[in-house]
Order: sequence, then C-alpha cells, then structure tokens
Amino acid sequence: MAAEAPKNKVEGLAEKVHVWPYLVRLEFLCALFTIIGLTVWSIVIDAPLEEAANPTKTPNPSKAPWYFLGLQDILVYFDPWFAGVVAPVLIIVGLMLIPYLDINPKGNGYYTYAERKVAIWVYSFGFLVLWIALIIMGVFLRGPGWNLFMPWQYWDPHKVVALVSVDLPYAFGVRTYEMAMLFGGVVIIGYFALGTAAYLFVERKAIKAVGLLRMLIKVQLYLIMIGIVIKIVLRLGFNIKYVWVTPWFNI
Amino acid sequence: MAAKKPGIPSLAELVAKVKSGEIFDEIKKVIVESQIWTSSFRHGYADTPRNRVLQIASNVWLHLHPVKIHRHALRIKFTWCMGGITFLLFLSTVVTGVILMFYYRPVGEYAYFDMKYLQYDVPFGMLMRNMHRWAAHAMVITVWLHMFRVFLTGSYKPPREFNWVIGVFLVTFTLLLSFTGYLLPWDQLAMWAVTVGTNMARATPFLGNEGPFAEYVGVTPRYDARSVLLGGSLVGPPALLRFYVLHCVFIPLVSGALMIVHFWRIRKDGGISGPL
Ligand code: HEM
Repeated sequence: MAAEAPKNKVEGLAEKVHVWPYLVRLEFLCALFTIIGLTVWSIVIDAPLEEAANPTKTPNPSKAPWYFLGLQDILVYFDPWFAGVVAPVLIIVGLMLIPYLDINPKGNGYYTYAERKVAIWVYSFGFLVLWIALIIMGVFLRGPGWNLFMPWQYWDPHKVVALVSVDLPYAFGVRTYEMAMLFGGVVIIGYFALGTAAYLFVERKAIKAVGLLRMLIKVQLYLIMIGIVIKIVLRLGFNIKYVWVTPWFNI
Repeated sequence: MAAKKPGIPSLAELVAKVKSGEIFDEIKKVIVESQIWTSSFRHGYADTPRNRVLQIASNVWLHLHPVKIHRHALRIKFTWCMGGITFLLFLSTVVTGVILMFYYRPVGEYAYFDMKYLQYDVPFGMLMRNMHRWAAHAMVITVWLHMFRVFLTGSYKPPREFNWVIGVFLVTFTLLLSFTGYLLPWDQLAMWAVTVGTNMARATPFLGNEGPFAEYVGVTPRYDARSVLLGGSLVGPPALLRFYVLHCVFIPLVSGALMIVHFWRIRKDGGISGPL
C-alpha cells in the first residue's frame, strides 16, 4: 500500500501514516474477504456428523483431531509418556524460550535468510516437516491399525504387518536384561553428553558472548529434536524399537 | 448520432470520465447533495488530520489502534494479515457459538439429538454450525501461519520477547479450544478423537496411571491426570459436561484476556516490528 500516495496529500509521504483511513480500510477489506470466504465455505461444505457416540464401537483407525495427528504419528516411534505428554510440553516450553535463546540481534523486524540461517532452518524444519508433514501423513496416509496406505490403496483392516523390530542393544548382540539396560543408558546419555560437548567445542568462541546456560539449554533442545528424527530413521530403516529399556520407562 | 444532446455524454466521454475518476466525484455529489442524504446526516466528514485522529481516539472499538503507524506496517506482504484474521475468526466463533448454545444441551441423552435438530429443524442451524466449525479449523491454520511469519520476520526479538511468550499461550489455548469443542457433537468422530487425545494423559509421568513412576505416586485409572480431565475413567457424560464448560466459558475467557494483553503489548512495544 505504500506506493499509493494519498490523494489530498494530508501527510505527503511521511514515515508515519494515519490509522484512519489507511489501516482501518485495509482491515475492513481483509475482514470482508475473510467473512465472504467463510460464508461460501460454510454454504458449500457441511460439518461432519457421524452416528451417535458409542463407547462399545471403536472405529479403526481412531484418529485424534487433525491438528494433533503429528503427535499421534510420533506415537509409532515413542511411548505415550513421551509422544503425548513430554513432547508437547517440550514444544510449548521450547517455543517460549526462543526469544531468550536466540540473541542474534540481526533480522529484527524484516525478512532475511542470510542473516539468520540456522534459526530459519531449525524453525522451518520443526514446523514444516515435524509438524505439518506428519499431519498430512496422519490425515491421508494412515489407515486401519495406523498402517501406512498410499492414497490409491484400499484400507484393508486385516493388513498384516510383520512385527520384526528389536531393541537396539539386542541388535548389537546384548542378550541379558541388565546389560541391555546399561547399554541403552550409555547410548542415550552418551548421545546427549557427546552432542553437548561437540556443540560447545565447535561454538567455543561464542560461549562468552552467548552465555553458557543459554548455550546448554539450546543444545539440549536441538539434540532432542534431532533425536526424534534419529529414532524415526532407526525404526523405519533398521527396525529398532527401543534404544533404552528400563523397568520404569522405554525410549 | 452526430447531434449531441446536452446531458447525454458519448461513450468516449464516459470512458474518459471513468478513467480520470471524475465520474465518481460526480456521483458522490449527486448522492451527498440529495434531500435524503442531507436530511439524514447533519454535516459531512472533513478529511482533516484532526478528524483522522479523532476517528480512532474517540471510538471505543477503534482506539485499540494507535492513531498513527509506520507506513511499512500496512504492507500485507509483511504481516500476511494473519494476526488480524485469526482475531476475526475468533470473533466469528464467539458469535456463531452463542447461537449454537441456544439449541445445545451438554447432556449425554440430548447432545447428539440437539445436533440433529439444529441441522434439520433450526432455521440456518446448519449454516451456523458450519461457520462455527470451519472458522475454528481455519483459526488453527491462521494462528500457525501468524506464528510462522512472526518467526520469519524475527519479531520476537527485543523488545517483543514477552509478546511472543503470550503468543505461545494463545496458540496452545487455540488448540485446546478446538479440541474441547470437538467432543460436543457427541458422535463417533467426537468421542473417539477425544478418547485418543485424552488417553495420552494416562501416560503422564508420575500423574497418569500408566505413566513412568506412577507406582510411586499411587494413582489409579479412576484417580489420575486423565480422570481429572474426564470426570471419570472414560469419555462419558461427565467428560461432555466438563469439555462444554471449558469450551464455552473457561478457555474463551482466558484466551480473550490474553488477546487483550497481546494487542496492548503490540502498542507498548512500539507497534509492528520493522527495520531499524
Ligand atoms: C489467538 C491468537 C492470536 C491473535 C488473535 C493474534 C493477533 C495479533 C495481531 C492482530 C497482531 C498484529 C500484527 C499482525 O497481524 O501480524 C499480532 C502481532 C504479534 N503476534 Fe500475535 N496473535 C495471536 C497469536 C500469536 C502467536 C501464537 C504468537 C507467537 C508465538 C504471536 C506473536 C506475535 C508477535 C511477537 C507480534 C508482534 C509482531 C510484530 O511486531 O511484527 N501471536 N498478533
């Protein structure tokens, strides 16, 4: 709108413009189009209403509302305590921490990729891949038994999928429960320890400017995000079920 | 038609008038000077800087705005208008939701049949239900897009850190608002989606009966994080009532309050972010 010079030159081309009429008319137009769109959509497409709720008849698949299907999909790879509780909490807390962790002063108030590449990559990956892509997959590709079906495939409720996955320690030849627990613990804790150490080493020059605490929190969040991807790859590519099995929880 | 009668302009003249915009001034003149207009409106609106300020400052709805803003804040390419559209969709759900409340009872025996009645017997009932549902779904999408644009423009950086935090509360409450509403039609879709969703609470560490370390706390299926949410051990009539109250009273009030703070902070933080 900046290009449109006001007809009666009330303020020429000043830095600041009056909200009335310049912003209010834009808001009005935006509202008009939105309401028209919503009304047409509501006339054309009816909201779904299935048969009455029946606690004895479980549909297959049972899907959460579409906006939670990303989380529901993570359930394939993680136990509910992580996918359903810890992951959402981490997402919310992690998002809230963004302004306090990203202290890059550049790119404040304008679009730029060059000045904040890492930030844009991390957020876009989390939003577009881990959230949106998983939702699209959950809505369109997940059928009975939460199995994957291509759009042209018949949703066969009796599709048999071999459960061939094993735990990571087993794949490495560890056979006793205690040793497997130890092995898994070393892998998980080692992953975070090594990841943290590597990040701090690579970024050692920045520690002073950024602050150690900030950096530690940041790298833990990165590692969790990468860890989720690693776990998905392990399951899909190598049939690994759990990395760490303990009497209390499994990862 | 060579002879030109006065008062009937040729096509070329007309086109020229439309192009120059002169015709609109003429139409405006005819309307504004008509007897109907002058008898209805006692005086005109003089487009002066003072009046432009007063339009905003002396209007209870509009004065949420500052009276002047940076020129760049008008650019749709910058804001995608997504925050404003999210707010508008929220208002749409409030209006249509109140209408739905006249016909809907959150009781196990009635809820589903009230939906049927609403759809087939209430004038415009189906339309109200559709608008409510689609506005809610659209709001989820627009709030995500708004968040994405705020991230891409780095608008969470100082001094706007806190407004981003409020925003994260807002996106959470938007999802909860949608989720609690999902149960109310009391059909198969509703019941099982909410069953899948709330089953997660069972696995809450310490507080869910199937969660890690639950045995040290002593929670049971009838007494844990999930049963607090549902008012029982499965998605039944008590859950319906709970979700109804959360959906129609608690969450809208909290979200509304947070939106007020959100808008107030935009102004206090110096308006929409921009270069410099
Ligand atoms: C119910 C949800 C929300 C509503 C109604 C809302 C509304 C608005 C509006 C109208 C604006 C003005 C500029 C624009 O339209 O882009 C705005 C700006 C802003 N919003 Fe939201 N918002 C919501 C959720 C969020 C969320 C989820 C976040 C981030 C997590 C957020 C963070 C911000 C920030 C930081 C600004 C200032 C942007 C700037 O200065 O450029 N808001 N919001």
